[in-house]
Amino acid sequence: MSEEPPPEGLEDFGARLKRLQAEAQPQQRKRATDEPTSGMGMAFSISAHMVAGVGVGAFVGYWLDRWLGTSPWLLIVFFFLGSAAGMLNVYRVVTGIDMAMGYRPATGDRKSSGSGIDGPNHRADN
Amino acid sequence: MASPIEQFEIKNVLDLDLGIVDASFTNSSLLMVIAVGLITLFLVMGVRRRSLVPGRWQSIVELAYDFVANMIRTNVGSDGRPYFPFIFSLFMFILFGNMLGMLPYSFTFTSHLAVTLGMALVVFIGTTIIAFAKHGFHFFSFFLPHGTPWYVAPLLVPIEILSYFTRPVSLSLRLFANMTAGHTLLKVFGGFIVAMGVAGIIPAAAVVALTGLELVVAFLQAYVFAILSCIYLNDALHMH
Repeated sequence: MSEEPPPEGLEDFGARLKRLQAEAQPQQRKRATDEPTSGMGMAFSISAHMVAGVGVGAFVGYWLDRWLGTSPWLLIVFFFLGSAAGMLNVYRVVTGIDMAMGYRPATGDRKSSGSGIDGPNHRADN
Repeated sequence: MASPIEQFEIKNVLDLDLGIVDASFTNSSLLMVIAVGLITLFLVMGVRRRSLVPGRWQSIVELAYDFVANMIRTNVGSDGRPYFPFIFSLFMFILFGNMLGMLPYSFTFTSHLAVTLGMALVVFIGTTIIAFAKHGFHFFSFFLPHGTPWYVAPLLVPIEILSYFTRPVSLSLRLFANMTAGHTLLKVFGGFIVAMGVAGIIPAAAVVALTGLELVVAFLQAYVFAILSCIYLNDALHMH
């Protein structure tokens, strides 16, 4: 059914496997970062971030107001803070080419392999 | 003509009232059970032969495995490996849910905010617990990025905290909005076919194109959900 590797080949099998994986790596990396950058996906992503920012801000403000009895001041403050957070997230999505909004660049193996195009590394982590 | 949003209606398949909660088995639950059953069948039957040279089915299973494994490797790194089962289950569940929703007369459980928010909250709470377990109170350095001037901090810290809390919301909203918008659009165009008579051939062509697009979106959204979970996991594991 399948050929058994010769025993002496086992020695460098690990090395060969590593080399092959390294060769396969750049292509997979490209696929992993490029795919979600479709126009509509990006648009949905951005709108989701904006809505989520405003929504979460207003929600937190409303409940803090109810809890502290400071209506409507915290609602107003948190509405604007939430909007700012939404904008910040949009900024992060747009500057980091892919859909990611991570705070720090991915620390996967792509860094150690260190060659060529690494889009997500300019994801803003200001 | 049926309303375009009627397809999202939850119907009880099996009534079950537990007094405090209505635990009825709905069409949404039914589709979830079918999705889990199909995933199990797909994976178990795929690796049944366990041949060294995979057949067609086994190749697809291995492709799915490799796809998620690579996603974790490139986005989280090797410490993400323990979380592979979770990300893989999440990806397959959403993918099958989206794809099952594409079948006529079916139901898309990912088009409900309750479902997507539930999954997003599991990811959010899970990654927060991981971050706390790994880094303790150092976790709070998350909210003050390096090199922030002290006078901006009072403004930036609340914004960063809110930004952190928007994660589950935007994560769930994205999947929900994509599925709901796509399926509503399909239904609206489907309605035009009937209403326009002979000229209905034009919206029919649009529906064919939209169905293709929806299949892409169904895959893409499962992928995006999984990859964002990976990115949040990466943030939780590698906080400096």
